[in-house]
Amino acid sequence: MIATVITVAMTLFAIAALLNLYRLTVGPDIVDRILALDTLMVNSIALIVLADIRMGLGVLFELALLIALMGFVSTVAMSKYLLRGDVIE
Amino acid sequence: MTTIDMPWYLELVVATFLLFGALVALIGSWGLAKLPDFYTRLHGPTKASTLGVGCTLIGSLLYYSYQQGGVSFQEALVTIFLFVTAPVSAHMLGKAALRRRLPGVARTRNMPDMSER
Amino acid sequence: MTPSPFRSRQFWLPHPLFSLFLALLWLLMVNDFSVAHALLGLALGVAIPFVTHAFWAEEAKIKRPLPLLRYLLVLLVDILRSNLVVAIRILRPARHLQPGFFLYPLTLDDDFAITILASTISLTPGTVSIHYDAKANTLLVHALHLEDEAEAIATIRERYEQPLEEIFR
Repeated sequence: MIATVITVAMTLFAIAALLNLYRLTVGPDIVDRILALDTLMVNSIALIVLADIRMGLGVLFELALLIALMGFVSTVAMSKYLLRGDVIE
Repeated sequence: MTTIDMPWYLELVVATFLLFGALVALIGSWGLAKLPDFYTRLHGPTKASTLGVGCTLIGSLLYYSYQQGGVSFQEALVTIFLFVTAPVSAHMLGKAALRRRLPGVARTRNMPDMSER
Repeated sequence: MTPSPFRSRQFWLPHPLFSLFLALLWLLMVNDFSVAHALLGLALGVAIPFVTHAFWAEEAKIKRPLPLLRYLLVLLVDILRSNLVVAIRILRPARHLQPGFFLYPLTLDDDFAITILASTISLTPGTVSIHYDAKANTLLVHALHLEDEAEAIATIRERYEQPLEEIFR
């Protein structure tokens, strides 16, 4: 049962990622694109964790943690840049 | 896939978490794609996607806890991290949007005057 | 005569709760609950605030940990509820939405407490905190569906701000 459920869940997350890609290409503003990228990062974390269960590896959490960190830091850095025109004040 | 034998009730719980999480995250992304202006779009990812991925991670936590015969907490760490950071990035993005004077949909109530922000 | 700074707990252990939290975080990250890792975690928990506390603006004092626990529980329930509400709003046609901004006048004055309140607002039903005005001490909040401004403000005050005041006072 778990195998089927994981396939279904991965499909749903893949559709979610496609919707994010749609927003990423359509825009209209750069802030929308940053938000889309941020959401894409969050969804990819779930995809990675699901793929990990599916393949029975049990080692991909560090990767998930790294992506979560990178996603957050890059989102904040880009918003900061838009706010001030500078990353570090 | 290397399937392990789990008791049916645990399997059911894990499956529920994974499916619920995926559905909620999908709704969040759907909101991001279809809502009319940036400020409303901000709501989908900050809440739905965070909870959706959180549920998926908890499902994975239960699965690995059973498989490895102990409790595995690393997914909980990712979940906590996501819940702490989501409001911060939403706040920063919202501020940036105000700064760029993005218009809201016409019927938005009390659209702030953005001249000095 | 003031006591030597090298003898005070303030100097060596400025944030005891934070140190404990760091130690716990370390244990979660290595996922190995042995004595050795617990000691290493505690050492890190003491060392990191010691090195970094010069950068900290000011220390927030958590006066009562027990209401904090209750607050977190309420928050967890509200996050679940909020997601259902937002999910339904997203799935219904967009013309039913009545988005709006409102200014939330803060009564808290501690930076850390305000940060927690702003995060809480962003995680709970249909609201995202967008801008903090330090001079007027107000939060600009965007609501996905704003029916009654006064009611929204009252809910936030009663449900989140007052418990937070209790925790940090």
